Amino acid sequence: MSVNIIKLKIDGVEVTVPEGTAILKAAKDSGIIIPTLCNLEGLTAYGGCRLCLVEVSGTPKLFPACSTPVGPNMEITTQSDKLKEYRKMAVQMLLAERTHICSVCVADDHCELQAMANQLGVDHVMFERNWSQDEIDSTHDFLVIDRNRCILCTRCIRVCDQIEGVHTLDLKLRGKDSQVIMDLDEHWGNSCSCTSCRKCAKVCPVGAIYIEGEPIEHTKKRDIAEFIVERRNRR
Amino acid sequence: MEKDDKQRIMLEKVLKEHNYQESALLEILHRAQEIYGYLDKDLMMDISGSLNLPPSHVYGVVTFYSFFKLRKSGEHVVTGCLGTACYVRGVEQIMEAIEQEFKLKRGGSTADGKLSLLLTRCIGACAMAPNIVVDDEVIGKATKEVVTQKIREVLGGVKAET
Repeated sequence: MSVNIIKLKIDGVEVTVPEGTAILKAAKDSGIIIPTLCNLEGLTAYGGCRLCLVEVSGTPKLFPACSTPVGPNMEITTQSDKLKEYRKMAVQMLLAERTHICSVCVADDHCELQAMANQLGVDHVMFERNWSQDEIDSTHDFLVIDRNRCILCTRCIRVCDQIEGVHTLDLKLRGKDSQVIMDLDEHWGNSCSCTSCRKCAKVCPVGAIYIEGEPIEHTKKRDIAEFIVERRNRR
Repeated sequence: MEKDDKQRIMLEKVLKEHNYQESALLEILHRAQEIYGYLDKDLMMDISGSLNLPPSHVYGVVTFYSFFKLRKSGEHVVTGCLGTACYVRGVEQIMEAIEQEFKLKRGGSTADGKLSLLLTRCIGACAMAPNIVVDDEVIGKATKEVVTQKIREVLGGVKAET
């Protein structure tokens, strides 16, 4: 079986990758890092955070690098003033959507959203904030979810489904009303399918899912999915 | 009890028709709502079990579409169209009039469970805007007088004198 090899240019560098590779992966393989939040190695692409948007020559549209496959002779730009503006805007919208206050967050200093805001130089939120006030669910023995800190990246949902294989978590409703739910929107403590495996807490980029009383740096292990998938594939 | 069994048999028939395929989830939910009137948690759990789908996935799909109802709606259902054309033509004032006269809030039902007031995005009859649907009957170019009179009629109150 032969796989077509495709030639393209990313930031002026010539890259050759197999057909069907995502732009994000092609870039990473040649050492070009594109900012991401919802993407996590080992899980399927989601394309929700819009931070990995890149420019493709010949079209004014921006494409999410995580879920756009490479095409022959594509010329991709991953860093430009326009992209930086869009990325800053995306981070600000995430910050405005719910109640993100770093100083009182368990994930302070271990938060990918905070790090991304710093990296992009976001120093203000120019949108009106929603200040969500959702109830915190601490009914589980040790796992806690604070939906006010959730950025709806769906990493927890994907790790629960694709790695743990349970699919306890999913999203309900849509748009700004979306929420991560357990089973039929039960309290976590009443979940009939949760195995308490903690992977959701390990991969959460922010402080939305955490383990009660455990220092966040102990909990976070965001490469767990990649590790498990790599081992699985070797079997 | 007898009625419940009958409904379950009808649902089972629908499930069989679709060969218990998970890809038929939406169609099955549609039919289940036709049979039961709304989709409660027991029913969603039942369907998720029959199709081998995670309960959270079924719940996610049900809440994604505003068509699906999680609670029993009133005996009579009034639906206001909130599409752009209807909105511009003043559906809002009609909704407010209904809320005031029948003492209920949009999305909810009256205390006696006789009437529910729902909202929907466009029903596709924009030329007739504003549209209000009263028990499956579309009232085009609606005014609050016509609509409230119609609701009074279906509720079995004062019949319109002709």
